[in-house]
Amino acid sequence: MNQSIEFIADDADADSLSIVNISRRAFLKELALGGFVLAAGFPVLTLADEAPKKYGADAMPHGWVDNPLVFVAIAEDGTVTIVCHRSEMGQGIRTSLPLVVADELEANWLHVKVAQAPGDEVRFGNQDTDGSRSMRHFFMPMRRIGAAARQMLETAAAAQWRVPVTEVRAQLHHVLHPASGRSLNYGDLAKAAAKLPVPDRETLKLKQPADFRYIGKGEQGIIDGRNIVSGQARYGIDTRLPDMLHAVVARPPVLGGKVLQYDAAEALKVPGVVKVVALKSSPLPADFNPLGGVAVIARHTWAAIQGRKALKIEWDNGPHAGYDSETYRAEMVVSARKPGKAVRNQGDVDAGLDGAAQRLSAEYYAPHLAQAPMEPPAAAVRIVNGHCEVWACTQAPQLTRERVAKWLNLPEDNVTVNVTLLGGGFGRKSKPDYVIEAALLSQAMRGQAVKVTWTREDDLRHSYFHTVSVERLEAGLDTLGNTVAWLHRTVAPSIGATFGPDSKHQIPPELGMGVVNVPFAIPNLRVENPEAEAHTRIGWFRSVSNIPRAFAIQSFVAELAAAAGRDHKDYLLDLLGPPRRIDPRDMSDSWNQGESPDVYPVDTGRLRRVIEAVAAAAGWGRDVPKGHGLGLAAHYSFVTYVAVVAEVAVDEAGKLSIPRVDIAVDCGPQVNPERIRSQLEGACIMGVSLATLGEISFKDGAVVQDNFHAYQLTRMDDSPREIRVHLLPSNEYDKPLGGIGEPGLPPIAPALCNAIFAATGQRIRQLPIKDQLRKD
Amino acid sequence: MITLTINGIRRSIDLPPDTPLLWALRDGLGLTGTKYGCGIALCGACTVHVDGEAALACVTPISAVANKNIRTIEAMAEDATGQKVQASWLNLGVPQCGYCQPGQIMAATALLKHNPQPSDADIDKAMSRNICRCGTYPRIRAAIKQAAADLEQPS
Repeated sequence: MNQSIEFIADDADADSLSIVNISRRAFLKELALGGFVLAAGFPVLTLADEAPKKYGADAMPHGWVDNPLVFVAIAEDGTVTIVCHRSEMGQGIRTSLPLVVADELEANWLHVKVAQAPGDEVRFGNQDTDGSRSMRHFFMPMRRIGAAARQMLETAAAAQWRVPVTEVRAQLHHVLHPASGRSLNYGDLAKAAAKLPVPDRETLKLKQPADFRYIGKGEQGIIDGRNIVSGQARYGIDTRLPDMLHAVVARPPVLGGKVLQYDAAEALKVPGVVKVVALKSSPLPADFNPLGGVAVIARHTWAAIQGRKALKIEWDNGPHAGYDSETYRAEMVVSARKPGKAVRNQGDVDAGLDGAAQRLSAEYYAPHLAQAPMEPPAAAVRIVNGHCEVWACTQAPQLTRERVAKWLNLPEDNVTVNVTLLGGGFGRKSKPDYVIEAALLSQAMRGQAVKVTWTREDDLRHSYFHTVSVERLEAGLDTLGNTVAWLHRTVAPSIGATFGPDSKHQIPPELGMGVVNVPFAIPNLRVENPEAEAHTRIGWFRSVSNIPRAFAIQSFVAELAAAAGRDHKDYLLDLLGPPRRIDPRDMSDSWNQGESPDVYPVDTGRLRRVIEAVAAAAGWGRDVPKGHGLGLAAHYSFVTYVAVVAEVAVDEAGKLSIPRVDIAVDCGPQVNPERIRSQLEGACIMGVSLATLGEISFKDGAVVQDNFHAYQLTRMDDSPREIRVHLLPSNEYDKPLGGIGEPGLPPIAPALCNAIFAATGQRIRQLPIKDQLRKD
Repeated sequence: MITLTINGIRRSIDLPPDTPLLWALRDGLGLTGTKYGCGIALCGACTVHVDGEAALACVTPISAVANKNIRTIEAMAEDATGQKVQASWLNLGVPQCGYCQPGQIMAATALLKHNPQPSDADIDKAMSRNICRCGTYPRIRAAIKQAAADLEQPS
């Protein structure tokens, strides 16, 4: 960016400052204050003010910014630098968002560079990279940014040529004046353009979709591709600073535990170890706070790891030392068999069940999971003259900045959070506990640079775990086999307990992830949420509570179809009923993914279409070889509709293989179809992994699994041999976008389990499948 | 002081002899392309080549490779097979987060050097030491096949 024209303004769009409302962060704050009230049996969020409710990006902390001066810089050599303010963790956002800007800007992608924004939401808008929101919330701001910059360049050219701006047009990094045949490169215009006022939002001329150069095409490789394949890409764990020290931390094995006493004598004898530092444990709730423990700081990582091994620590394990997954599961089952708090109620379920010709019930268990990104959490921090600089693989740079500032007692302006590439995130890296550790250790070293590396053992033992759940379903069928009553009890410790007093009940976002908002046309339907107490840090894992709900509901529908003697696909379509748009509030979903119920109703027509599309593509009903079976599942989450048909094979020894998976997706307009496909392929394999192998369990309050031999992940030999992604066509770019990072995951496990049932007659109701199919 | 030959260059390194090559590369020499994933030979993120064979740097003490020829991801652009593998990786859009990909590329390159036309079973066997949490396996398989086809063509 040498010689670049400073196209970057000093102050962010003032409008963005006023955009503050509910979001995960504000939301968690509400929760901590006990801000939920119960009305008519349904959780409702009380707002601090009476302002009209905001949705989507408007409702996120610091909303959105669409000022081109903040996001675009053009150098005199024509290089266009576009800022990406969302974190890259494999979803391709550092490519896809800048592509949108480049398209409207009519920039030549070959001359585009991408700069990663530091954590600064006042300047850039919301940066919490989770909830499958980046493209959904920033497609339009990015388009406006590109269009505004293009119009400024056109205006500058017209002024230089002294012709009306209507006579010029931008085309591929040039502004042309067709009447005279003149042309100027963007680099030649940047200086003059930067001095012009930013055009009003209302005067922007966005492209017609037919004129899109990059949007919807998926022809550009990821911007970091070359660096990745050559080993030059820099992740948080790769950070190197002058005189940097390396640290690992021994953390309390049980949530709420603390150090009673420790002996560092042997650790200090390890060559390379510089210092041993005790870190205070934070009182519960856990929030984003570091866990405390004893840190070993050394000249290199290996010495720190060896030093940690040599520590002698006596722990006070605290109130959760009795957490035992087997016992807990039994307690959840007991809870699920008794009535609980009603969270949705329509018709008369008891009468419906009593009057049914046939009654079925089933309980589905899904264990805790760890996100286990291949790059474990890591962060480097130095503090120079009262200014703290952070390098971290974080999904939440602004939150990280706020929390580091608080812990170091520095003004937020004195904390800079540089966002590196993330070697996977999946929700883990939304929580900045590991960054705060690095900040505290740098502080303990008087500001010297310290990098904290989490070993894999640390990552698996101290994650913010996916919840553990029992979903109990009961249904009544009439004489024709139609479902006339549906009772769902969902039992799972809540994310809410990580951030506030444990109500033992699930919070609205959890209830809105596929349990209350089940869009079935069943006259009598009740959802209950019995109590479950949290004993570890419950956090969000890619697609969150949708995982156990899709597993349970989509398995149960297959069980009902079998009981009714009907084809599963036909039965599922009948349950969905005729195509209609349902207001989520009518299903007691007050959350709706944070989106407007008017813009994003639940559209059963779209869900039907993905089911029909995947059935056609996969050849639903086709003959399969002996030992093979086809299984179907569909799920709506993150305002995207997904249906899956899996083909499995189970051999005589009970070994499972997956020859093929078909996935149909309706996510509304597609910006980068190539990365959408890669996300769905990846979600499929992560779904296979959690369905077949994934389990974190606790004994004596501590996590049992400590590395990949015990917490196994699907490898190439067990992954589906073929994954076919079918994107439902959509080029109506004025329609709302759906999410993509997460919604591919939930339907995989039930599709597999339904396929296993078709192949073997064996019904899996407990994840992971592990050796449940084995015959010996 | 142990001297290592890394990517054709001899480099002295002042670390205890039992230090795993992984940390010597990353912390000692600044070659951060070789990744940490598990530390106990379970994930393949740290795959390097030692005398042409794929090896896991996280469990290889530097004392064991002092007289050997060590190659890392940083040198693959100068390797005829490595170049093809990198090109097919880009061509098929293999990487998502990309963190495991240096290890995957090192494993794939070693495979193709020994077996220029690997079968699906060969690919499974060679590549299943490497975990990808993003789930890029189908594209990895396709990219290995494409690189194999490219290597067959005289360039």
